[in-house]
Amino acid sequence: MTASIPPVGAQRVRGRRLRTRYDWSAYLYLIPALGFYLVFLVRPVVESLWISLFDWDGITPASWVGTDNLVSVLTDPAIWNALGHSLVFIVFYAIIPIALALFVVAILARVKVRGLVFFRAALFVPYILSSVVVAIAWRWIYALDGPLNAVLRAIGLGSFARAWLGDFNTALPAVGFIGTWVMFGLAFVLFISGLQNIPLELFEAARIDGAGMFREFFSVTLPSLRGEMRVALVLMITAALRNFDIVWNTTAGGPGSSTTVPSYFIYQEAFTIHQVGRASAIAVLMTIFILCVIGLVMWLIRDRSDSVRVRGTR
Amino acid sequence: MRTSRSEQLLGYAVLIIGVLMALTPFISIVLLAITPKSERTSGFSLPKSPTFDNFVTAWTQGGFGQALISSAVVAFAVVVGAVLLSVLAGYAFATMRFWGKTLLAGFLLIGLVMPYEGLIVPLYYLLGSLHLLNTYWALILPQIATSVSLGIFWMRTAYANVPGSLLEAARIDGASRRAILWKVYLPISLPAVGTLATLLFLFTWNEFLMPLVLVAQNPSVQTAPLALSFFAGNTRNFDPSVTAAAAVIVAIPIIIVYAILQRRFISGIVSGAVKE
Repeated sequence: MTASIPPVGAQRVRGRRLRTRYDWSAYLYLIPALGFYLVFLVRPVVESLWISLFDWDGITPASWVGTDNLVSVLTDPAIWNALGHSLVFIVFYAIIPIALALFVVAILARVKVRGLVFFRAALFVPYILSSVVVAIAWRWIYALDGPLNAVLRAIGLGSFARAWLGDFNTALPAVGFIGTWVMFGLAFVLFISGLQNIPLELFEAARIDGAGMFREFFSVTLPSLRGEMRVALVLMITAALRNFDIVWNTTAGGPGSSTTVPSYFIYQEAFTIHQVGRASAIAVLMTIFILCVIGLVMWLIRDRSDSVRVRGTR
Repeated sequence: MRTSRSEQLLGYAVLIIGVLMALTPFISIVLLAITPKSERTSGFSLPKSPTFDNFVTAWTQGGFGQALISSAVVAFAVVVGAVLLSVLAGYAFATMRFWGKTLLAGFLLIGLVMPYEGLIVPLYYLLGSLHLLNTYWALILPQIATSVSLGIFWMRTAYANVPGSLLEAARIDGASRRAILWKVYLPISLPAVGTLATLLFLFTWNEFLMPLVLVAQNPSVQTAPLALSFFAGNTRNFDPSVTAAAAVIVAIPIIIVYAILQRRFISGIVSGAVKE
């Protein structure tokens, strides 16, 4: 959070700050944005909570059912199954890309690379493409007569060839890997910019001490990337738990229910089978879950005075 | 700096593998799209006689001309609307003292992390009751609302970097609040405004869930990703080359914008994320 600029003369008399003179015209500047925010964001969020307490088909009058919807969602094996898939996606969307990006950054911390701007731009391309384009590209990669199987056949592993997205055993990891592909660029871009903010003296000091690649990584690079790590985890875990676009456009939850996700049920229940109350209950629970996970990540990787700690580890 | 030659080579090797991995899926659908049906083999191969027929077929069958226009209209309106509102509200946050400021900032923070799934169902019924479903407004109004949180924090940070001496000078000259915003703060923060606009453009252009729920029934309002999703769904069992061509058509505009504004995209994502 950045401090606001003190009004001219604020520091002149300290006592004056106590009986603050409010600037009522501030609200004129705030109202347009807040109006949109209240009507189209806050109101629907609150309404989600409210609707989740009713049995409603979206047309006829709703009837109050209290927490029945929440209970029915929480006792529904299909929802837990979908949540399990979401947790698998966290591995593919967050853990693997972050680990890979850290590996690359650990190497780049020790060498000077020409054309980093180009590499960075190219690696980031997957993140800027529309998820629908991404899904279609990967549908082709994974297709029975697609490039992946062609490569397998070419190197003599043709027996592994299959329709990757249509196979009960491979559909979930295949969808998950798309997330790895998308998120690697984001992790890389975040970490490389963090790396450039680490004072060079830290690396020099580590090298004078004779630190190898591993020592240097764990005592200098990794601790300094704390902030970037937190951001990456928040963005990627949120994307994993929210995953709808990629699933919808690759497997639509199938085969069977092997790649269903909670947001898929929200859409289905609300707009296909018109169980609006139950859809809202899933939405509410999912939102609470995501906010809790974000809170947990922020708390686990909370700010300490990084630089001091790093210097302390010599 | 003492590092070994082998580490240097390892660095390049890893980066090159990464770039190949990053670009392969897109290149493979480009290849698929320019390969004529008769020549299609499985996997990668450069076509001997590349064709644009698949693009023509996709363009005429999928209505992508209209979809790209819709995407542009929605993205433009959301970016202009959200940036304007953020420029105003961020100014109040950065320079004025008002009741409930901290509370309001916390309140806006929710919008940064709120998953759209948490509001999409009531949003559908709200827009239905306003008779706005399947119109541009159904996409523009909510996406302005979901963009202003980021926008306000973004602009507040940008304004906080304006030197206090400039503000003082303007005040001594007797400039009004409004004049100081338009003549001092905004011109200085134009680069930040540009980056914010780029980010919001990217997010709006690629948004999928909102169009799917809010404008699915009106082909003349469908955005490019939604039209592509329907097109790919409908033609799943027909010709993959045409689907690939459609995907390339939808990807091209954002790739062109990215090629031009690449630094801005990346610095925007990085600073936007880290500031959060």
